[in-house]
Amino acid sequence: MKKRIRIASGQGFWGDLPSAPIDQVRLANDKSPLDYMMMDYLAEVTMSIMQKQKLRDPKAGYAKDLVDVIDKILPDIVSKNIKVITNGGGVNPEACRDAIFAAARKRGIKIKVGIVLEDNILDSIDSLLASGHKLKNMETGESLKGVRDRVLSANVYFGAWPIVEALRQGAQIVITGRTTDTGLTLAPMIHEFGWAADDWDKMAAGTVAGHILECGAQSSGGNFSADWKSVKDFTNIGFPIAEAYPNGEFIITKHPKTGGVVSRASVAEQLLYEIGDPREYITPDCVADFTSIQLEDLGKDRVRVYDIKGRPSTEFYKVSMSYNDGYSAQGTLTYTWPDAMEKARLSDKILRGRLKKAGCTFEEMRTEYLGFNSCHGLLTQTKESDVEEVVVKFAVRGQDKNSIIEFGKNIAPLILTGPPSVTGFAGGRPKPSDVVAYWPALLKKAAVTPRVIVEEA
Amino acid sequence: MKVQLLEICHARSGDKGDAANVGLIARDARFYPLIKKEITAAKVKKHFKGICLGKVERFELANLWALNFLLHNTLGGGGTVSLKQDAQGKTIAAAILRMEINVPPALLRKPTQKQKPSKRVVKKKGK
Repeated sequence: MKKRIRIASGQGFWGDLPSAPIDQVRLANDKSPLDYMMMDYLAEVTMSIMQKQKLRDPKAGYAKDLVDVIDKILPDIVSKNIKVITNGGGVNPEACRDAIFAAARKRGIKIKVGIVLEDNILDSIDSLLASGHKLKNMETGESLKGVRDRVLSANVYFGAWPIVEALRQGAQIVITGRTTDTGLTLAPMIHEFGWAADDWDKMAAGTVAGHILECGAQSSGGNFSADWKSVKDFTNIGFPIAEAYPNGEFIITKHPKTGGVVSRASVAEQLLYEIGDPREYITPDCVADFTSIQLEDLGKDRVRVYDIKGRPSTEFYKVSMSYNDGYSAQGTLTYTWPDAMEKARLSDKILRGRLKKAGCTFEEMRTEYLGFNSCHGLLTQTKESDVEEVVVKFAVRGQDKNSIIEFGKNIAPLILTGPPSVTGFAGGRPKPSDVVAYWPALLKKAAVTPRVIVEEA
Repeated sequence: MKVQLLEICHARSGDKGDAANVGLIARDARFYPLIKKEITAAKVKKHFKGICLGKVERFELANLWALNFLLHNTLGGGGTVSLKQDAQGKTIAAAILRMEINVPPALLRKPTQKQKPSKRVVKKKGK
Protein backbone atom coordinates (compact mmCIF):
# COMPACT_ATOMS: atom_id res chain seq x y z
CA MET A 1 0.00 0.00 0.00
CA LYS A 2 1.26 3.47 -0.86
CA LYS A 3 1.85 5.84 2.05
CA ARG A 4 0.66 8.82 0.10
CA ILE A 5 -0.81 9.61 -3.30
CA ARG A 6 -1.10 12.93 -5.08
CA ILE A 7 -4.14 13.62 -7.24
CA ALA A 8 -4.24 16.67 -9.48
CA SER A 9 -7.26 18.52 -10.76
CA GLY A 10 -6.91 19.08 -14.50
CA GLN A 11 -10.27 20.44 -15.59
CA GLY A 12 -13.25 21.80 -13.68
CA PHE A 13 -15.78 21.81 -16.50
CA TRP A 14 -15.97 21.28 -20.27
CA GLY A 15 -14.37 24.46 -21.51
CA ASP A 16 -12.04 25.08 -18.56
CA LEU A 17 -8.51 26.46 -19.03
CA PRO A 18 -7.03 24.33 -21.86
CA SER A 19 -3.45 24.58 -20.58
CA ALA A 20 -4.31 23.39 -17.06
CA PRO A 21 -4.09 19.59 -17.47
CA ILE A 22 -1.02 19.96 -19.67
CA ASP A 23 0.75 22.11 -17.06
CA GLN A 24 -0.25 19.82 -14.20
CA VAL A 25 1.45 16.88 -15.89
CA ARG A 26 4.39 18.88 -17.28
CA LEU A 27 5.27 20.36 -13.87
CA ALA A 28 5.15 17.01 -12.07
CA ASN A 29 8.61 15.95 -10.86
CA ASP A 30 10.31 14.28 -7.89
CA LYS A 31 9.72 17.31 -5.69
CA SER A 32 6.11 17.77 -6.73
CA PRO A 33 5.04 14.34 -7.96
CA LEU A 34 1.67 13.26 -9.29
CA ASP A 35 0.08 9.83 -9.25
CA TYR A 36 -3.32 10.73 -10.71
CA MET A 37 -5.11 13.51 -12.52
CA MET A 38 -8.89 13.88 -12.51
CA MET A 39 -10.78 15.89 -15.11
CA ASP A 40 -14.44 16.82 -14.82
CA TYR A 41 -16.23 17.53 -18.09
CA LEU A 42 -19.92 17.11 -17.38
CA ALA A 43 -22.47 19.68 -16.31
CA GLU A 44 -26.22 19.06 -16.15
CA VAL A 45 -27.01 19.87 -19.79
CA THR A 46 -23.80 18.56 -21.29
CA MET A 47 -25.27 15.10 -21.77
CA SER A 48 -28.13 16.40 -23.93
CA ILE A 49 -25.67 18.22 -26.20
CA MET A 50 -23.60 15.06 -26.49
CA GLN A 51 -26.69 12.92 -27.12
CA LYS A 52 -27.63 15.20 -30.04
CA GLN A 53 -24.10 14.93 -31.44
CA LYS A 54 -24.26 11.14 -31.20
CA LEU A 55 -27.59 11.07 -33.07
CA ARG A 56 -25.95 12.90 -35.97
CA ASP A 57 -22.72 10.86 -35.80
CA PRO A 58 -22.51 7.51 -33.97
CA LYS A 59 -18.79 8.16 -33.36
CA ALA A 60 -19.47 11.45 -31.52
CA GLY A 61 -21.01 12.18 -28.13
CA TYR A 62 -17.99 12.74 -25.90
CA ALA A 63 -15.75 15.69 -25.02
CA LYS A 64 -13.59 16.03 -28.15
CA ASP A 65 -11.26 18.41 -26.30
CA LEU A 66 -10.42 15.57 -23.96
CA VAL A 67 -8.85 13.55 -26.77
CA ASP A 68 -6.71 16.57 -27.76
CA VAL A 69 -5.57 16.93 -24.15
CA ILE A 70 -4.79 13.23 -23.77
CA ASP A 71 -2.87 13.29 -27.04
CA LYS A 72 -0.70 16.15 -25.77
CA ILE A 73 0.00 14.63 -22.35
CA LEU A 74 0.41 10.99 -23.43
CA PRO A 75 4.24 10.90 -23.48
CA ASP A 76 4.39 12.59 -20.05
CA ILE A 77 1.75 10.46 -18.33
CA VAL A 78 3.41 7.30 -19.58
CA SER A 79 6.97 8.30 -18.61
CA LYS A 80 5.86 9.72 -15.25
CA ASN A 81 3.26 6.99 -14.67
CA ILE A 82 0.37 9.35 -14.00
CA LYS A 83 -3.09 7.84 -14.28
CA VAL A 84 -5.91 9.93 -15.72
CA ILE A 85 -9.52 9.63 -14.61
CA THR A 86 -12.26 11.57 -16.36
CA ASN A 87 -15.98 11.60 -17.06
CA GLY A 88 -15.39 13.16 -20.50
CA GLY A 89 -16.69 9.99 -22.18
CA GLY A 90 -20.13 11.59 -22.09
CA VAL A 91 -22.71 9.39 -23.81
CA ASN A 92 -20.08 7.54 -25.83
CA PRO A 93 -17.11 6.33 -23.76
CA GLU A 94 -16.34 3.60 -26.33
CA ALA A 95 -15.84 6.13 -29.14
CA CYS A 96 -13.79 8.31 -26.80
CA ARG A 97 -11.55 5.36 -25.95
CA ASP A 98 -11.14 4.47 -29.63
CA ALA A 99 -10.13 8.04 -30.43
CA ILE A 100 -7.54 7.89 -27.64
CA PHE A 101 -6.23 4.58 -28.96
CA ALA A 102 -5.90 6.15 -32.42
CA ALA A 103 -3.96 9.10 -30.99
CA ALA A 104 -1.70 6.77 -29.00
CA ARG A 105 -1.04 4.60 -32.05
CA LYS A 106 0.10 7.68 -34.00
CA ARG A 107 2.62 8.37 -31.27
CA GLY A 108 3.66 4.73 -31.15
CA ILE A 109 2.52 4.42 -27.54
CA LYS A 110 0.76 1.38 -26.08
CA ILE A 111 -1.75 2.19 -23.39
CA LYS A 112 -4.41 0.52 -21.24
CA VAL A 113 -7.72 2.34 -21.20
CA GLY A 114 -10.72 1.47 -19.06
CA ILE A 115 -14.28 2.55 -19.75
CA VAL A 116 -17.33 2.56 -17.51
CA LEU A 117 -20.68 1.86 -19.18
CA GLU A 118 -24.39 1.45 -18.43
CA ASP A 119 -24.96 4.87 -16.83
CA ASN A 120 -26.91 5.78 -19.97
CA ILE A 121 -30.50 4.63 -19.38
CA LEU A 122 -32.13 6.58 -22.23
CA ASP A 123 -33.14 3.40 -24.05
CA SER A 124 -34.47 1.65 -20.97
CA ILE A 125 -36.73 4.39 -19.57
CA ASP A 126 -39.92 2.63 -20.68
CA SER A 127 -38.89 -0.74 -19.30
CA LEU A 128 -37.88 0.94 -16.01
CA LEU A 129 -41.27 2.67 -15.83
CA ALA A 130 -43.02 -0.62 -16.68
CA SER A 131 -41.24 -2.38 -13.84
CA GLY A 132 -42.44 0.21 -11.35
CA HIS A 133 -39.61 2.74 -11.21
CA LYS A 134 -41.36 6.10 -11.20
CA LEU A 135 -38.49 8.45 -12.13
CA LYS A 136 -40.57 11.37 -10.88
CA ASN A 137 -38.98 14.78 -10.54
CA MET A 138 -37.24 14.74 -7.17
CA GLU A 139 -37.58 18.50 -6.76
CA THR A 140 -41.21 19.00 -7.81
CA GLY A 141 -42.63 15.48 -7.39
CA GLU A 142 -44.11 15.64 -10.92
CA SER A 143 -44.68 12.46 -12.90
CA LEU A 144 -42.38 11.83 -15.87
CA LYS A 145 -45.45 11.25 -18.06
CA GLY A 146 -45.82 14.91 -19.00
CA VAL A 147 -42.36 15.13 -20.54
CA ARG A 148 -41.64 11.49 -21.44
CA ASP A 149 -41.89 12.11 -25.21
CA ARG A 150 -39.48 15.02 -25.03
CA VAL A 151 -36.67 13.36 -23.04
CA LEU A 152 -33.27 13.95 -24.70
CA SER A 153 -30.91 12.21 -22.31
CA ALA A 154 -31.09 10.12 -19.15
CA ASN A 155 -28.08 9.08 -17.11
CA VAL A 156 -27.45 7.56 -13.73
CA TYR A 157 -24.69 9.08 -11.62
CA PHE A 158 -22.27 6.29 -10.81
CA GLY A 159 -19.80 6.72 -7.96
CA ALA A 160 -16.20 5.70 -7.42
CA TRP A 161 -16.48 1.90 -7.50
CA PRO A 162 -16.61 1.21 -11.26
CA ILE A 163 -13.48 3.37 -11.59
CA VAL A 164 -11.82 1.40 -8.79
CA GLU A 165 -12.51 -1.76 -10.80
CA ALA A 166 -10.91 -0.26 -13.92
CA LEU A 167 -7.84 0.74 -11.89
CA ARG A 168 -7.63 -2.79 -10.43
CA GLN A 169 -7.48 -4.11 -13.97
CA GLY A 170 -4.51 -1.85 -14.64
CA ALA A 171 -6.05 0.98 -16.66
CA GLN A 172 -3.80 4.02 -17.05
CA ILE A 173 -6.70 6.10 -18.35
CA VAL A 174 -10.27 5.65 -17.13
CA ILE A 175 -13.07 7.17 -19.21
CA THR A 176 -16.57 7.24 -17.78
CA GLY A 177 -19.91 8.61 -18.79
CA ARG A 178 -21.98 10.17 -16.04
CA THR A 179 -19.96 9.74 -12.85
CA THR A 180 -20.10 12.02 -9.86
CA ASP A 181 -17.32 14.59 -9.94
CA THR A 182 -16.29 13.46 -6.47
CA GLY A 183 -16.04 9.80 -7.48
CA LEU A 184 -13.18 10.68 -9.85
CA THR A 185 -11.03 11.64 -6.84
CA LEU A 186 -12.31 9.12 -4.29
CA ALA A 187 -11.64 6.14 -6.61
CA PRO A 188 -7.81 6.30 -6.61
CA MET A 189 -7.79 6.62 -2.81
CA ILE A 190 -9.94 3.50 -2.43
CA HIS A 191 -7.74 1.69 -4.94
CA GLU A 192 -4.39 2.66 -3.43
CA PHE A 193 -5.29 2.53 0.26
CA GLY A 194 -7.61 -0.50 0.13
CA TRP A 195 -10.45 1.31 1.86
CA ALA A 196 -13.60 -0.73 2.54
CA ALA A 197 -16.91 0.36 0.99
CA ASP A 198 -18.50 0.68 4.43
CA ASP A 199 -15.66 2.71 5.92
CA TRP A 200 -17.93 5.73 5.70
CA ASP A 201 -15.51 8.26 7.18
CA LYS A 202 -12.94 7.36 4.53
CA MET A 203 -15.56 7.45 1.76
CA ALA A 204 -16.54 10.90 3.01
CA ALA A 205 -12.90 12.03 3.17
CA GLY A 206 -12.28 11.11 -0.47
CA THR A 207 -15.59 12.69 -1.42
CA VAL A 208 -14.68 15.97 0.27
CA ALA A 209 -11.30 15.92 -1.50
CA GLY A 210 -13.22 15.41 -4.73
CA HIS A 211 -15.48 18.36 -4.00
CA ILE A 212 -12.41 20.56 -3.48
CA LEU A 213 -10.79 19.42 -6.76
CA GLU A 214 -13.86 19.21 -8.98
CA CYS A 215 -14.05 22.88 -9.90
CA GLY A 216 -10.41 23.28 -10.86
CA ALA A 217 -8.81 26.53 -9.72
CA GLN A 218 -11.88 27.57 -7.72
CA SER A 219 -10.05 26.21 -4.66
CA SER A 220 -6.65 27.65 -5.57
CA GLY A 221 -7.33 31.34 -6.07
CA GLY A 222 -9.88 31.50 -8.86
CA ASN A 223 -13.17 33.28 -8.11
CA PHE A 224 -11.71 34.01 -4.67
CA SER A 225 -13.83 36.61 -2.90
CA ALA A 226 -11.82 36.83 0.33
CA ASP A 227 -8.91 38.72 -1.13
CA TRP A 228 -8.65 38.50 -4.90
CA LYS A 229 -6.27 41.46 -5.09
CA SER A 230 -3.65 39.45 -3.20
CA VAL A 231 -3.78 36.52 -5.62
CA LYS A 232 -0.48 36.33 -7.47
CA ASP A 233 -0.07 35.59 -11.16
CA PHE A 234 -3.60 34.70 -12.26
CA THR A 235 -2.11 34.16 -15.73
CA ASN A 236 -0.27 31.05 -14.57
CA ILE A 237 -2.77 29.96 -11.95
CA GLY A 238 -1.95 26.54 -10.51
CA PHE A 239 -4.79 24.03 -10.33
CA PRO A 240 -5.20 22.22 -7.00
CA ILE A 241 -3.53 18.97 -5.98
CA ALA A 242 -4.79 16.70 -3.18
CA GLU A 243 -2.06 14.90 -1.27
CA ALA A 244 -3.95 12.01 0.30
CA TYR A 245 -3.01 9.69 3.16
CA PRO A 246 -4.38 6.25 4.11
CA ASN A 247 -6.00 7.57 7.32
CA GLY A 248 -8.32 9.84 5.31
CA GLU A 249 -6.46 13.08 5.91
CA PHE A 250 -5.31 15.08 2.93
CA ILE A 251 -3.52 18.27 2.09
CA ILE A 252 -4.64 20.63 -0.65
CA THR A 253 -1.74 22.29 -2.43
CA LYS A 254 -0.50 23.15 -5.95
CA HIS A 255 2.71 22.94 -7.93
CA PRO A 256 5.45 25.35 -6.77
CA LYS A 257 5.99 28.56 -8.77
CA THR A 258 2.49 28.54 -10.19
CA GLY A 259 0.07 31.41 -9.68
CA GLY A 260 -2.96 31.50 -7.41
CA VAL A 261 -3.23 30.76 -3.71
CA VAL A 262 -4.17 27.81 -1.52
CA SER A 263 -5.25 28.99 1.91
CA ARG A 264 -7.82 28.19 4.56
CA ALA A 265 -10.06 30.82 2.95
CA SER A 266 -9.67 29.55 -0.62
CA VAL A 267 -10.47 25.98 0.42
CA ALA A 268 -13.37 27.05 2.64
CA GLU A 269 -14.96 28.96 -0.25
CA GLN A 270 -14.87 25.90 -2.48
CA LEU A 271 -16.24 23.70 0.31
CA LEU A 272 -19.31 25.94 0.42
CA TYR A 273 -19.79 25.96 -3.34
CA GLU A 274 -23.10 24.55 -4.53
CA ILE A 275 -23.98 22.70 -1.37
CA GLY A 276 -27.34 22.36 0.34
CA ASP A 277 -27.65 20.91 3.83
CA PRO A 278 -23.99 20.55 4.84
CA ARG A 279 -24.72 17.53 7.04
CA GLU A 280 -26.07 15.64 4.05
CA TYR A 281 -23.80 15.80 1.05
CA ILE A 282 -25.19 12.79 -0.78
CA THR A 283 -23.23 10.78 -3.33
CA PRO A 284 -23.62 7.16 -4.47
CA ASP A 285 -20.62 6.34 -2.25
CA CYS A 286 -21.65 7.86 1.10
CA VAL A 287 -23.34 10.76 2.84
CA ALA A 288 -20.60 13.18 3.81
CA ASP A 289 -20.97 15.56 6.75
CA PHE A 290 -19.45 18.91 5.81
CA THR A 291 -19.92 20.19 9.37
CA SER A 292 -17.21 17.75 10.47
CA ILE A 293 -14.46 19.01 8.17
CA GLN A 294 -11.49 20.60 9.93
CA LEU A 295 -9.05 22.89 8.13
CA GLU A 296 -5.52 23.82 9.14
CA ASP A 297 -3.56 26.35 7.13
CA LEU A 298 0.02 25.05 7.03
CA GLY A 299 1.27 28.05 5.03
CA LYS A 300 3.13 27.95 1.73
CA ASP A 301 -0.04 27.04 -0.20
CA ARG A 302 -0.76 23.98 1.90
CA VAL A 303 -4.03 23.35 3.77
CA ARG A 304 -4.58 20.23 5.85
CA VAL A 305 -8.11 18.79 5.75
CA TYR A 306 -9.01 16.23 8.40
CA ASP A 307 -11.54 14.72 10.84
CA ILE A 308 -14.12 14.18 8.11
CA LYS A 309 -17.14 12.09 9.06
CA GLY A 310 -19.49 10.14 6.82
CA ARG A 311 -22.61 8.03 7.00
CA PRO A 312 -23.90 5.08 4.92
CA SER A 313 -24.84 5.72 1.31
CA THR A 314 -28.50 5.63 0.30
CA GLU A 315 -30.13 2.86 -1.75
CA PHE A 316 -30.63 5.21 -4.71
CA TYR A 317 -28.68 6.52 -7.64
CA LYS A 318 -29.43 10.04 -8.73
CA VAL A 319 -30.64 10.22 -12.33
CA SER A 320 -30.06 13.27 -14.47
CA MET A 321 -32.46 13.64 -17.37
CA SER A 322 -32.93 16.44 -19.84
CA TYR A 323 -35.90 17.24 -22.05
CA ASN A 324 -36.97 19.74 -24.70
CA ASP A 325 -38.98 22.60 -23.26
CA GLY A 326 -39.63 25.09 -26.07
CA TYR A 327 -37.40 27.83 -27.43
CA SER A 328 -35.57 30.95 -26.35
CA ALA A 329 -33.72 33.86 -27.92
CA GLN A 330 -31.93 36.95 -26.72
CA GLY A 331 -30.62 40.19 -28.18
CA THR A 332 -28.84 43.29 -26.91
CA LEU A 333 -28.59 47.01 -27.70
CA THR A 334 -26.33 49.66 -26.16
CA TYR A 335 -27.63 53.11 -25.19
CA THR A 336 -25.36 56.03 -24.20
CA TRP A 337 -25.47 59.40 -22.46
CA PRO A 338 -27.56 61.49 -22.28
CA ASP A 339 -30.39 59.73 -20.46
CA ALA A 340 -29.08 56.25 -21.25
CA MET A 341 -31.35 54.41 -18.81
CA GLU A 342 -34.43 56.42 -19.76
CA LYS A 343 -33.88 55.46 -23.41
CA ALA A 344 -33.21 51.85 -22.57
CA ARG A 345 -36.42 51.59 -20.55
CA LEU A 346 -38.36 53.22 -23.37
CA SER A 347 -36.90 50.73 -25.88
CA ASP A 348 -38.25 47.92 -23.71
CA LYS A 349 -41.69 49.47 -23.67
CA ILE A 350 -41.67 49.93 -27.46
CA LEU A 351 -40.52 46.37 -28.11
CA ARG A 352 -43.15 44.85 -25.83
CA GLY A 353 -45.83 46.95 -27.53
CA ARG A 354 -44.78 45.83 -31.00
CA LEU A 355 -44.60 42.14 -30.01
CA LYS A 356 -48.06 42.38 -28.46
CA LYS A 357 -49.38 43.98 -31.63
CA ALA A 358 -47.86 41.13 -33.65
CA GLY A 359 -49.75 38.62 -31.50
CA CYS A 360 -46.65 37.03 -29.96
CA THR A 361 -46.99 34.82 -26.92
CA PHE A 362 -44.18 33.93 -24.55
CA GLU A 363 -43.89 32.03 -21.28
CA GLU A 364 -41.47 34.70 -20.16
CA MET A 365 -39.97 37.92 -21.46
CA ARG A 366 -37.15 39.34 -19.43
CA THR A 367 -35.38 42.67 -19.90
CA GLU A 368 -32.19 43.42 -18.01
CA TYR A 369 -29.88 46.42 -17.88
CA LEU A 370 -26.30 45.20 -18.02
CA GLY A 371 -23.89 47.63 -16.45
CA PHE A 372 -26.62 48.98 -14.21
CA ASN A 373 -28.44 46.36 -12.12
CA SER A 374 -28.84 43.08 -14.04
CA CYS A 375 -27.23 41.00 -11.29
CA HIS A 376 -27.91 42.83 -8.03
CA GLY A 377 -31.33 44.30 -8.79
CA LEU A 378 -32.71 46.50 -6.04
CA LEU A 379 -29.43 46.27 -4.10
CA THR A 380 -27.74 48.45 -6.72
CA GLN A 381 -26.70 51.81 -5.27
CA THR A 382 -26.06 53.69 -8.54
CA LYS A 383 -28.75 56.20 -9.48
CA GLU A 384 -30.33 55.56 -12.86
CA SER A 385 -29.55 59.11 -13.95
CA ASP A 386 -25.83 58.49 -13.28
CA VAL A 387 -25.61 55.61 -15.73
CA GLU A 388 -23.83 56.87 -18.88
CA GLU A 389 -23.91 53.67 -20.92
CA VAL A 390 -26.07 50.62 -20.60
CA VAL A 391 -26.49 47.37 -22.49
CA VAL A 392 -30.15 46.41 -22.57
CA LYS A 393 -30.65 42.68 -22.91
CA PHE A 394 -33.97 41.35 -24.14
CA ALA A 395 -34.69 37.65 -23.71
CA VAL A 396 -37.77 35.53 -24.40
CA ARG A 397 -38.74 31.93 -23.84
CA GLY A 398 -41.83 29.98 -24.89
CA GLN A 399 -43.36 27.07 -26.78
CA ASP A 400 -44.41 29.05 -29.88
CA LYS A 401 -41.40 29.17 -32.20
CA ASN A 402 -42.96 31.80 -34.50
CA SER A 403 -43.23 34.24 -31.61
CA ILE A 404 -39.54 33.74 -30.84
CA ILE A 405 -38.67 34.34 -34.52
CA GLU A 406 -40.80 37.49 -34.55
CA PHE A 407 -38.98 38.71 -31.44
CA GLY A 408 -35.66 38.32 -33.28
CA LYS A 409 -36.93 40.47 -36.14
CA ASN A 410 -37.91 43.32 -33.85
CA ILE A 411 -34.62 44.11 -32.08
CA ALA A 412 -32.60 45.81 -34.83
CA PRO A 413 -35.49 48.05 -35.95
CA LEU A 414 -35.33 49.78 -32.57
CA ILE A 415 -32.15 51.50 -33.76
CA LEU A 416 -33.89 53.51 -36.50
CA THR A 417 -37.38 53.58 -35.01
CA GLY A 418 -36.71 54.34 -31.34
CA PRO A 419 -34.76 56.69 -29.06
CA PRO A 420 -31.33 57.95 -30.26
CA SER A 421 -27.70 57.24 -29.43
CA VAL A 422 -28.00 53.50 -29.69
CA THR A 423 -25.59 50.94 -31.09
CA GLY A 424 -24.14 47.52 -30.46
CA PHE A 425 -26.39 45.39 -32.58
CA ALA A 426 -24.09 42.85 -34.15
CA GLY A 427 -24.15 39.21 -35.09
CA GLY A 428 -27.45 39.28 -36.95
CA ARG A 429 -30.97 38.50 -35.80
CA PRO A 430 -31.34 36.52 -32.60
CA LYS A 431 -32.40 33.01 -33.62
CA PRO A 432 -34.52 30.62 -31.57
CA SER A 433 -32.52 27.98 -29.74
CA ASP A 434 -33.88 24.89 -28.04
CA VAL A 435 -34.52 25.15 -24.33
CA VAL A 436 -33.27 22.03 -22.62
CA ALA A 437 -34.72 21.59 -19.15
CA TYR A 438 -33.39 19.40 -16.39
CA TRP A 439 -35.23 16.52 -14.72
CA PRO A 440 -33.53 15.10 -11.61
CA ALA A 441 -34.85 11.80 -10.30
CA LEU A 442 -33.90 8.84 -8.12
CA LEU A 443 -33.53 5.21 -9.12
CA LYS A 444 -32.98 2.13 -6.93
CA LYS A 445 -29.35 1.09 -7.25
CA ALA A 446 -30.37 -2.51 -8.04
CA ALA A 447 -31.98 -1.36 -11.31
CA VAL A 448 -28.65 -0.70 -13.05
CA THR A 449 -25.27 -2.40 -12.95
CA PRO A 450 -22.15 -0.60 -14.12
CA ARG A 451 -20.01 -2.44 -16.66
CA VAL A 452 -16.25 -1.96 -16.84
CA ILE A 453 -14.10 -2.81 -19.86
CA VAL A 454 -10.32 -2.44 -19.80
CA GLU A 455 -8.37 -2.91 -23.04
CA GLU A 456 -4.84 -2.30 -24.23
CA ALA A 457 -3.95 -1.01 -27.67
CA MET B 1 -20.24 50.23 14.60
CA LYS B 2 -22.08 49.52 11.36
CA VAL B 3 -20.04 47.90 8.61
CA GLN B 4 -20.77 46.00 5.45
CA LEU B 5 -20.40 42.22 5.69
CA LEU B 6 -17.62 42.61 3.13
CA GLU B 7 -15.41 43.88 6.00
CA ILE B 8 -15.69 40.74 8.12
CA CYS B 9 -16.78 38.01 5.70
CA HIS B 10 -16.14 36.48 2.33
CA ALA B 11 -18.54 34.36 0.33
CA ARG B 12 -19.16 32.03 -2.59
CA SER B 13 -22.38 31.28 -4.42
CA GLY B 14 -23.66 28.93 -7.09
CA ASP B 15 -26.76 27.18 -8.31
CA LYS B 16 -28.77 24.24 -7.09
CA GLY B 17 -31.61 23.98 -9.58
CA ASP B 18 -33.73 27.12 -9.26
CA ALA B 19 -32.17 27.86 -5.87
CA ALA B 20 -28.97 29.79 -5.32
CA ASN B 21 -26.65 28.68 -2.56
CA VAL B 22 -24.45 31.23 -0.86
CA GLY B 23 -21.81 30.35 1.67
CA LEU B 24 -20.97 33.23 3.99
CA ILE B 25 -17.62 32.76 5.73
CA ALA B 26 -16.23 34.84 8.59
CA ARG B 27 -12.77 36.24 7.86
CA ASP B 28 -11.75 35.22 11.37
CA ALA B 29 -13.16 32.81 13.96
CA ARG B 30 -13.96 35.73 16.27
CA PHE B 31 -16.58 37.05 13.84
CA TYR B 32 -18.46 33.76 13.55
CA PRO B 33 -20.63 34.05 16.69
CA LEU B 34 -21.67 37.51 15.54
CA ILE B 35 -22.79 36.48 12.04
CA LYS B 36 -24.41 33.37 13.47
CA LYS B 37 -26.50 35.59 15.73
CA GLU B 38 -27.19 38.46 13.35
CA ILE B 39 -27.44 37.07 9.82
CA THR B 40 -30.71 35.20 10.08
CA ALA B 41 -32.65 33.58 7.24
CA ALA B 42 -35.32 36.27 7.62
CA LYS B 43 -32.79 39.10 7.23
CA VAL B 44 -31.26 37.46 4.16
CA LYS B 45 -34.73 37.01 2.65
CA LYS B 46 -35.42 40.72 3.19
CA HIS B 47 -32.04 41.71 1.76
CA PHE B 48 -32.70 39.80 -1.45
CA LYS B 49 -36.08 41.41 -2.09
CA GLY B 50 -36.95 41.13 -5.78
CA ILE B 51 -34.18 38.56 -6.31
CA CYS B 52 -35.11 35.67 -4.02
CA LEU B 53 -38.78 34.93 -4.63
CA GLY B 54 -38.95 31.83 -2.42
CA LYS B 55 -37.99 30.90 1.10
CA VAL B 56 -34.49 31.14 2.57
CA GLU B 57 -32.97 28.19 4.43
CA ARG B 58 -29.95 28.60 6.70
CA PHE B 59 -27.38 26.01 7.79
CA GLU B 60 -24.51 26.43 10.25
CA LEU B 61 -20.94 25.25 9.72
CA ALA B 62 -19.10 26.34 12.87
CA ASN B 63 -16.09 24.30 11.74
CA LEU B 64 -15.64 26.57 8.70
CA TRP B 65 -16.82 29.74 10.55
CA ALA B 66 -19.57 29.76 7.96
CA LEU B 67 -23.29 29.90 7.26
CA ASN B 68 -24.81 28.35 4.15
CA PHE B 69 -27.98 29.86 2.74
CA LEU B 70 -30.29 28.32 0.18
CA LEU B 71 -32.29 30.99 -1.63
CA HIS B 72 -35.19 29.19 -3.26
CA ASN B 73 -36.90 30.37 -6.46
CA THR B 74 -34.10 32.78 -7.29
CA LEU B 75 -32.62 31.84 -10.66
CA GLY B 76 -35.53 32.26 -13.07
CA GLY B 77 -36.18 28.53 -13.41
CA GLY B 78 -32.60 27.31 -13.11
CA GLY B 79 -29.41 27.28 -15.14
CA THR B 80 -30.64 25.83 -18.41
CA VAL B 81 -34.05 27.45 -18.63
CA SER B 82 -33.27 30.82 -17.04
CA LEU B 83 -33.19 34.03 -19.06
CA LYS B 84 -31.27 35.82 -16.30
CA GLN B 85 -27.84 37.27 -16.92
CA ASP B 86 -26.74 35.57 -13.70
CA ALA B 87 -28.57 32.30 -14.36
CA GLN B 88 -26.27 30.37 -12.04
CA GLY B 89 -26.28 32.79 -9.12
CA LYS B 90 -22.55 33.40 -9.33
CA THR B 91 -22.81 37.03 -8.18
CA ILE B 92 -25.13 36.37 -5.23
CA ALA B 93 -21.98 35.97 -3.10
CA ALA B 94 -20.99 39.57 -3.76
CA ALA B 95 -24.58 40.71 -3.19
CA ILE B 96 -24.81 39.23 0.32
CA LEU B 97 -21.61 41.07 1.29
CA ARG B 98 -23.55 44.35 0.82
CA MET B 99 -25.54 43.57 4.00
CA GLU B 100 -24.81 45.76 7.00
CA ILE B 101 -24.01 44.49 10.48
CA ASN B 102 -23.27 46.10 13.84
CA VAL B 103 -19.83 45.09 15.05
CA PRO B 104 -18.39 46.14 18.45
CA PRO B 105 -15.42 48.39 17.56
CA ALA B 106 -13.13 46.39 19.85
CA LEU B 107 -13.86 43.23 17.89
CA LEU B 108 -13.16 45.05 14.65
CA ARG B 109 -9.87 46.53 15.86
CA LYS B 110 -8.42 43.33 17.24
CA PRO B 111 -5.63 42.26 14.92
CA THR B 112 -6.20 39.02 13.07
CA GLN B 113 -4.51 36.25 15.00
CA LYS B 114 -2.80 33.49 13.18
CA GLN B 115 -5.20 30.64 12.98
CA LYS B 116 -4.34 27.75 15.26
CA PRO B 117 -5.37 24.21 14.42
CA SER B 118 -8.64 23.45 16.10
CA LYS B 119 -8.43 20.35 18.26
CA ARG B 120 -12.09 19.92 18.94
CA VAL B 121 -14.57 18.57 16.48
CA VAL B 122 -17.56 20.86 16.48
CA LYS B 123 -20.72 18.82 16.88
CA LYS B 124 -23.95 20.27 15.65
CA LYS B 125 -27.47 19.69 16.74
CA GLY B 126 -30.85 20.58 15.28
CA LYS B 127 -31.40 23.07 12.46
